[in-house]
Amino acid sequence: MIFGTARVPAAEFARVTGWRSKPEGLCRDEMCVPFEPADADVVDLGAAAEALGMPLVHDAENALWALGARAGGHALETAVAPDFELPDADGQPFRLLSLRGQKVVLVAWASW
Amino acid sequence: MWQGLRSELHPLGVEIVTIALDTRGVETAGPWIAKAAPQHPSLIDRTHLVDALYGVINVPSGIWIDEDGNIVRPPEPAHPQRPGYLDREIPADASPDRREAIALVRALHVESERYVAALRDWVRLGRASRYALGPEEVVRRSRPRPIEEATAAAHFALGQALDARGARDAATAHFRAAHRLQPDNWTYRRDAWSLAGTEHERVYGTSWVEEVKREGVENYYPALRLE
Repeated sequence: MIFGTARVPAAEFARVTGWRSKPEGLCRDEMCVPFEPADADVVDLGAAAEALGMPLVHDAENALWALGARAGGHALETAVAPDFELPDADGQPFRLLSLRGQKVVLVAWASW
Repeated sequence: MWQGLRSELHPLGVEIVTIALDTRGVETAGPWIAKAAPQHPSLIDRTHLVDALYGVINVPSGIWIDEDGNIVRPPEPAHPQRPGYLDREIPADASPDRREAIALVRALHVESERYVAALRDWVRLGRASRYALGPEEVVRRSRPRPIEEATAAAHFALGQALDARGARDAATAHFRAAHRLQPDNWTYRRDAWSLAGTEHERVYGTSWVEEVKREGVENYYPALRLE
C-alpha cells in the first residue's frame, strides 16, 4: 500500500487500504480500531500505522511510504474474507464483494 | 487451467476468480490470460495484495469463500490437475545443475486429485462438507503474521512501485529486504527474480534450487490437511 506523502486524504487512505476513518476509529468491514485523527479529512500515516499495528516503511530517497500488513496474530484475523478491488486485464476494477451470494474460489497464480 | 473446472462448477453456484501475482501486470500476465480466454474474473495483483490480506506465499494457492463471504479454507496449494513438470524427463545431455533442478521439480508434492475431489464435495454439500472449516480453524490455519512478515509486504510494494518507475536498483533493494524478512514467501522471491531475468542469481545471490533445498522440498507445496 503505497503513498507519495505522509499525510494522506482520508478518501485516498480508505481507497488504498480499505480502512475508513470514522468517528469510532479506523474501520474495515465490521472491525474498528481506536483512532483520533487531528484532522477529519487527512490521515497521518505514522499515527494510522501505529493504530493499525502496520509497519510503515519510508523510502526517503524516492519520497515513498509503504504500509505493510497488520502485524501480530495471523494473516486472517477473522474468517470474514477481506474485501479488495483489483483490475482485470482490461483495467476494469473488480470487487470481491460483488460475488456475495455465490461460493467463490480465489486462485493465486503467476506467469513467472 | 481453471476454465474446465469453472465450466463444471459455475452452474452449481461457484465462481472462480484467478489473480495473477505479476509485478509487471498485463505486460507479463496478459498473454497467458488471452490464451486461456477465461469466462471467470481474471484479475491482476501487481503488489501481491493477497499475500498481505490473506497470507498467500506461493502459487498456485486456493482460498474458498462461502455465500456469506466467510472463508472456509485459507490459502493452500491448489492444483486443478497434475502439472506436466512432474513427469519432465531429464535430458541425457543435461548438466549436473540442470539435472538437480529437474529432479527437484519432479519431487514437488502435488495433490491435484485430492484437492479437486474436496472442492467438488464442498460445492455439493456446502457447510456440511467435511472440508469446510469453521471460522476459528480458518484463522488458526492462516499464516502467523510476525512483524517481519508484515514489514516484508511494505518492502515488496515499494519494490513494485519503484520497478514501475524504472528505478530498478532501488526496487531490487526493497525486493531483497522482502526476501530477507519473509524467506519462504515464494511469490516475493520468484516475481522479483523474474524481473532480473537470466541475471537473477547474480543479482540476488541465490537460486530457486538453493532456496528450495534450504526450505525443504517437502515444504514448497505442503501436504494438504483437508479435514
